[in-house]
Amino acid sequence: MKRRPVFLLTVLCFGFAFFYVPILSMMVYSFNESRLATVWGGFSTKWYVSLFSNRQVIAALMLSLKIALVSATIATILGTMAGIALARFTKFRGRVLFSGLVTAPLIMPEVITGISSLMFFILLADWIGWPGSRGFTTITLAHITFSMVFVTTVVQARMSQADRAIEEAAMDLGSRPWQVLFDVTLPVISPAILSGWLLAFTISLDDVVITSFTTGPGSTTLPLLIWSKVKLGVTPDINALATLTVLIVGIGVAIAGFVMNRSDARRDADARLAYQANK
Amino acid sequence: MEHSSRLSRWFDRRGWSDIIIGAPYVWLVVLFLLPFLIVVAISVATKTATAPPFSFGGEHPLVNLQGYQRLLHDTLYLRAFLTSLTNAGIAMVLCLLLGYPMALALTRVSRSWRNILLMLVILPFWTSFLLRVYAWMGLMGKNSWFNALLTDAWNWVVPVDWAVKSIPMMHTNFAVVLVMVYTYLPFMILPLYASLERLDPTLDEAALDLGSRPSRVFLDVTLPQSVPGIIAGGLLVFIPAAGELVIPSLVGNAASPMIGRVISDEFSSARDWPMASSVAVALLLLMVVPMMLYSHYQAKAEGEAGK
Repeated sequence: MKRRPVFLLTVLCFGFAFFYVPILSMMVYSFNESRLATVWGGFSTKWYVSLFSNRQVIAALMLSLKIALVSATIATILGTMAGIALARFTKFRGRVLFSGLVTAPLIMPEVITGISSLMFFILLADWIGWPGSRGFTTITLAHITFSMVFVTTVVQARMSQADRAIEEAAMDLGSRPWQVLFDVTLPVISPAILSGWLLAFTISLDDVVITSFTTGPGSTTLPLLIWSKVKLGVTPDINALATLTVLIVGIGVAIAGFVMNRSDARRDADARLAYQANK
Repeated sequence: MEHSSRLSRWFDRRGWSDIIIGAPYVWLVVLFLLPFLIVVAISVATKTATAPPFSFGGEHPLVNLQGYQRLLHDTLYLRAFLTSLTNAGIAMVLCLLLGYPMALALTRVSRSWRNILLMLVILPFWTSFLLRVYAWMGLMGKNSWFNALLTDAWNWVVPVDWAVKSIPMMHTNFAVVLVMVYTYLPFMILPLYASLERLDPTLDEAALDLGSRPSRVFLDVTLPQSVPGIIAGGLLVFIPAAGELVIPSLVGNAASPMIGRVISDEFSSARDWPMASSVAVALLLLMVVPMMLYSHYQAKAEGEAGK
């Protein structure tokens, strides 16, 4: 006997409407002819044209992508090292402080992280003359710091699930430790490293608060540009920008989901075959 | 206590582990811990007109607690703290009330639907946070279709005398809470789903077979087992919501600022580094208990997942 949970499904539908009605409304109004962004005045694609011909937007997007690429890559390297350290090197001096340092940025209010980074950079410039001006470098340094701990969390979780016996077996079979690391450990945690990189990339691309504290004159990232425009009210070209973002991200997530589902299915099939062959 | 593996012992002997541990360690100490300690130090400094605008000398040698004293006496700060905690608290409760049934429903749908729906919960995560706030600015404005819809509904329900032209939603605490619920709801659903998914459905059936009513089964069987998920999800909403800066600055009431705004204003507009630091340290002290609770329950939830 199975009852249909009517109440639960109703709330679920309401919840998804709550999630997606604002986004859909924004997408519809991006094709609005009227300058008044909330009053419908006929169909038009002119805001997309004005978006693409806006040099400021393109420059801000390029800066954001550059910062996100550099910071996600360095954050992934450092975050993976920290994840390996926490999962495999069980005893070392200062481990308690280290695991605290890896958790704290995750839950620290962004305003505090932002303001402390800014004070740090200003004082550093006062003491040693570097950084001379704030911009790409300071934003990237701040982004690496708060996104690497996300990578660490993902990698550490994957490593503590991974079977350590495989590493031991590879050692027994005569592999050198470096070979074990590159041929056994890293391939096992590579999906975690990849999703860690993606996470760091999107966090950097999306960040407003910490960027607004660590930026300087002339370095406007896309979120900062959007923020300064949106503070003045709703504008149609931001609707167009938002629509493009949602579409790109939606397609990306759908492809990633599809690929992961397929590789999961293939792994399950392989495991079944291996099991049958062993019987 | 687990033993370190042979791999890590080899790396230890060769000194490589020093690099694998040391590089991220040094990075976090220099760029996270040190800046934070600077904030703590500046919070007891004295404001000056120099650049940088503080000193440790003068009338109050070394430790100046004026910032913390003002925090307790000036109602501006107390009100800001109160507004932040109330808004974050209401947002957390609403997220729980909406998120719990959603997470429970996700465990009841078929597997193929579940994957799609979970993806739809996560999807807004990957789009821009700022644009999700912005989407609501479009809906809440005076001329929007959504506001018109709500206004019509209101006018239909209430007596004619109470009729309004539009509902003032923008620049209120209501708007702040609504947008917080919107942007933080996935943070609530995902940990709840993770803890509910692990529950053994046969326990429910057993309780039903033994004659419990479904509402009792929920209260006595399902709810108690999901407490770690509730606490983890609640804090995951509460902590960032209390320090939120972007949402109140876009849709909030400027007359009753939240604490994030106060910190940022003290720093940029008033150029009062010691005061900004005192408020920041106070916010962090308020958050320490929720943060420690969070990491405790997070570890607990993960421990159960490992079983």
